[in-house]
Amino acid sequence: MITLRVNGQEQSFDGDPSLPLLWYLRDELGLTGSKYGCGEGLCGACTVHLDGQAVRSCTVLMSDAAGKSVVTIEGLDPRGNHPVQRAWRALGVPQCGFCQAGQIMQAAALLATKPNPTDEEINVAMDGNICRCGCYQRIQAAVRMAATGV
Amino acid sequence: MTQIIENVSRRGVLKGVVATGALILAVRALPSMAAGSGLPKYQTGAGAMPHGVVTDPHVFIAIDSAGLVTIVAARAEMGTGAARTSLPMILADELEADWSRVRIVQGEGNEEKYGNQDTDGSRSVRHWLWPMRECGAAMRMMLETAAAARWGVDVSEVEATNHEVVHRSSGRRLGYGALAADAMKLPVPAKETLRFKDPAAFRYIGTGSIPVVDLFDITTGRAMYGQDVRLPGMKYAVIARPPVLNGKLVSFDATEALKVPGVEKVIEVKGWKWPAKFQPLGGVAVIARNTGAAIKGRAALKIVWDDGEHAVYDSDKYREYLMETSRKPGKTVRNEGDIDAAMSKAARVIVGEYYIPHLAHATMEPPCATAVVTADRAEIWAPLQSPGGSREDIAKTLGLPPEKVVVNETLLGGGFGRKSKCDYAQEAALLSKALGGTPVKVIWTREDDLQHGYLHTVAYERIEAAVDQNNKVIGWRHRSVAPTIWSTFMPDPKYQQPLEQSMGLIDVPFDIPNIRCEVGEAPAHTRIGWYRSVYNIPHAFAVQSFVGELAAALGKDQKEMLLELIGPPRIVDPRKSVKELWNYGEPFDSYPIDTGRLARVVELVAEKAGWGRKLPPGHGLGIAVHRSFVSYVATVVEVAVDAKGNLSIPRVDTAIDCGFHVNPERITAQCEGGAVMGLSNAKNCAITFKNGRVQQTNYNTYPVVRISEAPKVTNVYIVPASIDVPPSGVGEPPVPPFAPALCNAIFAATGKRIRSLPIGNQLAT
Repeated sequence: MITLRVNGQEQSFDGDPSLPLLWYLRDELGLTGSKYGCGEGLCGACTVHLDGQAVRSCTVLMSDAAGKSVVTIEGLDPRGNHPVQRAWRALGVPQCGFCQAGQIMQAAALLATKPNPTDEEINVAMDGNICRCGCYQRIQAAVRMAATGV
Repeated sequence: MTQIIENVSRRGVLKGVVATGALILAVRALPSMAAGSGLPKYQTGAGAMPHGVVTDPHVFIAIDSAGLVTIVAARAEMGTGAARTSLPMILADELEADWSRVRIVQGEGNEEKYGNQDTDGSRSVRHWLWPMRECGAAMRMMLETAAAARWGVDVSEVEATNHEVVHRSSGRRLGYGALAADAMKLPVPAKETLRFKDPAAFRYIGTGSIPVVDLFDITTGRAMYGQDVRLPGMKYAVIARPPVLNGKLVSFDATEALKVPGVEKVIEVKGWKWPAKFQPLGGVAVIARNTGAAIKGRAALKIVWDDGEHAVYDSDKYREYLMETSRKPGKTVRNEGDIDAAMSKAARVIVGEYYIPHLAHATMEPPCATAVVTADRAEIWAPLQSPGGSREDIAKTLGLPPEKVVVNETLLGGGFGRKSKCDYAQEAALLSKALGGTPVKVIWTREDDLQHGYLHTVAYERIEAAVDQNNKVIGWRHRSVAPTIWSTFMPDPKYQQPLEQSMGLIDVPFDIPNIRCEVGEAPAHTRIGWYRSVYNIPHAFAVQSFVGELAAALGKDQKEMLLELIGPPRIVDPRKSVKELWNYGEPFDSYPIDTGRLARVVELVAEKAGWGRKLPPGHGLGIAVHRSFVSYVATVVEVAVDAKGNLSIPRVDTAIDCGFHVNPERITAQCEGGAVMGLSNAKNCAITFKNGRVQQTNYNTYPVVRISEAPKVTNVYIVPASIDVPPSGVGEPPVPPFAPALCNAIFAATGKRIRSLPIGNQLAT
């Protein structure tokens, strides 16, 4: 039996310990905000926070998550008003929107450790998150806005 | 004002038997309404689409007693904002509804009810601007009539404004909620009698002030995509499909797969022999309690395939074949003047050859669908670009009448043409049926998506220009060799069809007296499908790169060369010299090929981009223009190439003339995203085949552009247009000019001409 904390709630899982965390979150818990995009940690659509670090939940096994605290997009802010979420809305970042939960989780983790990143630091931090619609210009601007308020 | 003296409309309303004609007489006489009256002065191709358009306000609008206005979005929302924001916004504006009291519900797949729902071809706004206005205007007039009846006054004395109807002289007001029940009972005014708002009075149209309706849900993870559907008792499935087109399943051993924890069943899925439109490829499905178990179970399957005839497909060899074919005469599909004479008397003949590989849509949300299918009924939940057409396809496959098939449309995590093909929804339906009605969600992995898609074609393009002693181009021969999408629907015709030829080959708008366009034979060995902007990608890449080559060869400025070829403002009508011109489904008179508009976007983007400005060493500017989906887009790309050959894009400028525009903010977003997709198309992406199998597996081998490589800034300029200028496409048109503008810029920066995509390591030094 694996126990872990997801968005502040204790959870337990008695299935395959080699199951990627992503599928536990989506299929077992019904937290579908984290998306499947590649299954190999290449696109970032499944990004969640594991003990505060941004990770690709498609490559984190349940056994790796045992005893840890997971925060998903659903748990980032109780009202959906994290500064990153607000900036995303202020700049109309999303097009199809599918990758955006992962983008937001990645950006929130960046700002938690680096409150005022340079453009280059934003690029490095966000480079693992693909947006096929190509919203990058606005993602870059929204991370900056979340950091600086403008 | 003499027309309202009888006041028949009021009496009619009071009796509850409105004589529509009389009602109109009254309202038409109102001078304040005159400015906005009248239907459009142009025709579109909307009516010619399957099931055409529907303009019944009862189909699209409901108003409850609290005043909440519900608008049905019946088309697919894949990220342009057109389906769920822009079209409902048009309706709401014309209705004089307060957007903060509007909610959007997604319509199910049902074209008899909603009209055409096939969301491709960049058609949503150009086909639905007026139907949405008609719905809104009709309901607004019904609300006004209901209010006038309530007050016992003539309808000419009342006016709907911002979610309520006001009696001008007394100042009395009734909200839409209070009037809704009465208004809904009234007959719908006839189309010819509708009064439209003066465009100057638009609250939302043209302002760009309305965020997309799903914005909050997207940023909080609540937005529901196809991948997110959950039903009680639902099982998860992944499918092992034949790795080669038309490959057959010989045998499979599921022993190990069934040992994987969470795997419950392994069953065969029926496949169809190609060509089979959107029917599934077939294969072996692993059914499990979660997706992760299904994926792991599939990896443990032992399958023997018979690859069949397409195992010969090899991209390197096929490229050689295409090249050789492009060097021989093909089928002539446009012929003007005498190209052979022009070539023989030319002072110089300049030749350019270009190769553009297969591309994959690689939508962030791979194909997926959920189904519950019993003996006499089917219900589907899926991200489908054509929910109505998919319903018909699924019904046919299941042998059910369409009314027994419910298709619930989710948000699409990207479409780009892939989700126009409902093979994945049919797989889910077949699996649920095989499992006796158990809800099944089929998930495609990224590998499935890249290896079993409906790929963008692969093309070899050869252009020859005859140039006279004065450096004037007097002859143009363009041969295009690429497999056709029609190979998906019928025995392979092996030649590009008129629809494909009309995307940048036979509609070339240049002022050259001798033009011949030819297509060469190119058999298909994989499923070919629509991909954002379709055959415009290879055709525009060749034509616009070649203009850059001509400029260099003739010592002219790129932009001046381009404008010289475009020539004076005029309507180019290739119909006199082609068998069939497909004008994106639109009447040519409403949407002609207008070189004045084409040149204008070139001039506009050049001016805004500071064409000719001084640049740092290693930088270069490139320009390209292309008309597609009846819009005109010109792009200037600035590149920087460092000493090692690393490419970056400091700036992109794009000018778009898409006629009257509804949502400039989303048009800007489409142009920004179009530049990124154009860069992905050009930079590192290609799907290649060996032994009939796709060689790419995931985003590591199909490296779409990431944030660090993306254009640093894309500036967008939208040509202003009145409501009398027909609206035209936005989603696709920004893509075609990007790659040639990029490669023209690379040439300006480095002197290297990229003739073969992807660019890959061609710039390495």
